[in-house]
Amino acid sequence: MSMQLWVVQTLNGLQLGVMLFLMSAGLTLVFGIMNLINLAHGSLYMLGAYLAATFQALTGSFFIACLLAVPLVMGIGMLMEMSILRRLYDRDHLDQVLATFALILFFNELVRMTWGPQAYFMAIPESLSGTVEILPGIPYPAYRLTIVLAGSGVAVGLYLFIGRTRLGMIIRAGATHREMVGALGVNIKLLYTFVFGMGAAMAGFAGMMAGPILSVETGMGEPIMILAFVVIVIGGIGSVRGAFAAAVLVGVADTFGRILLPPALSSMAIYILMAGVLCFRPQGLFPAHG
Amino acid sequence: MLELKNIHSYYGTTQALFGIDIEIHAGEMVSLLGRNGMGKTTTVRSILGLTRPRQGTVTFQGRDIFGAPPYRIAQMGIGLVPEGRQIFPTLTVRENLVATAYRGKNGRRPWTPADIYELFPVLAQRTRQPGSRLSGGEQQMLAIGRALMTHPKLLILDEATEGLAPRVRAQIWDCLENLKSAGLSILVIDKHLDALTRICDRHYIIEKGRIVWRGDSFKLKADPAVRQDYLGV
Repeated sequence: MSMQLWVVQTLNGLQLGVMLFLMSAGLTLVFGIMNLINLAHGSLYMLGAYLAATFQALTGSFFIACLLAVPLVMGIGMLMEMSILRRLYDRDHLDQVLATFALILFFNELVRMTWGPQAYFMAIPESLSGTVEILPGIPYPAYRLTIVLAGSGVAVGLYLFIGRTRLGMIIRAGATHREMVGALGVNIKLLYTFVFGMGAAMAGFAGMMAGPILSVETGMGEPIMILAFVVIVIGGIGSVRGAFAAAVLVGVADTFGRILLPPALSSMAIYILMAGVLCFRPQGLFPAHG
Repeated sequence: MLELKNIHSYYGTTQALFGIDIEIHAGEMVSLLGRNGMGKTTTVRSILGLTRPRQGTVTFQGRDIFGAPPYRIAQMGIGLVPEGRQIFPTLTVRENLVATAYRGKNGRRPWTPADIYELFPVLAQRTRQPGSRLSGGEQQMLAIGRALMTHPKLLILDEATEGLAPRVRAQIWDCLENLKSAGLSILVIDKHLDALTRICDRHYIIEKGRIVWRGDSFKLKADPAVRQDYLGV
């Protein structure tokens, strides 16, 4: 295999990895801290893509669209938490799966009614439409490289936020001792709404970034949700660090699986990876609860 | 300062408290005694709203706190050192102290981590270690420090010295005496009667969800029958 193929495929793997990270970071926090399985996380991804595409069409600017769509998805996520999901924290996982699956159907239908059944077009912003020569003689699409950089930036920001700030400390404390955090004067409900909003914003951001390279259509969130669940299980539920490591691992394994393995095996690659990791580390790579 | 009147609490359908009355005055150290399973922890949980009483009144500094969410009650100035310490295992010692610390605007000098390290010098050497690595005694010191950092006017310790070595126990008692003389009100649950009668002003004994005895240290020391009947000593 040529050097060029290796470099390009590694970057493709990283790009899928950071996308998966943006999706799974919120998922793993919500699952780890609130003990909620939220299947509808992919709907926020879809809404991010649709809203950004719409704002881009209205304003003509991808960046303004980003500035509008991400906070809006965050707000929608927080409303969703306050109105529906909050009632599910104390229920068992089956109830949560049923209720959030219903939300998927609801959002898919809502999008179909609002934007119509056909895929919605979203253009790559002009300034990022070219290619960048990452190594001499190896061009790579600038937009995809931007995804890698922006996603990594969000990952670093989230890591610092969780690791260094007081709110981050409270979030980590709440993951293991929720009641105690409340008994020390922290409003847990507000904290949960905020954490959920953060996860929603990242999912919306991922959807928005995916918009120009995938098709913006109803149900676009579901395939990536399945991968995101694989990621949080491999990474260790509740662990942001684990989600990042696992997302990159899954992204690269999936990308290289497609070019190195026969088709029948390549579609199984990440599940084999998951089984392998769980065999040796049943709690995932970075168990959050020590 | 804190007044519980006729508190009835349940776990599900099982009644755990049957009309508890407790009063703690400003600057007082009061103990709550009783054997395991008699309702001591439930009483603490009822004060903080962690278990919501079905009936009764709870007032703190003249304000009704019955039914308020735990974070509100804590913010009003009740600091909890819970049974089992409940140290945040994935946070460092320093983070355990600052995560839920009070940030005041009213000019009162808040407790700082440095104050806590002065109180418990052993913690000063372990500021960057995760809470899960501490010994039982260190965890208890950290739990007290963490509660003090929330700026309580009333400190509640559920099992203040359970499972601790005598030397560490003595250190905890010294610390509580100092805090008391600095004006803090304290409600303490523990089994070491000698220490409690020495440092506490008054005592309550709880038996099957009811307060069956109340009085000062002098009266408790003078009444071996009470100690035998309700405390098994």
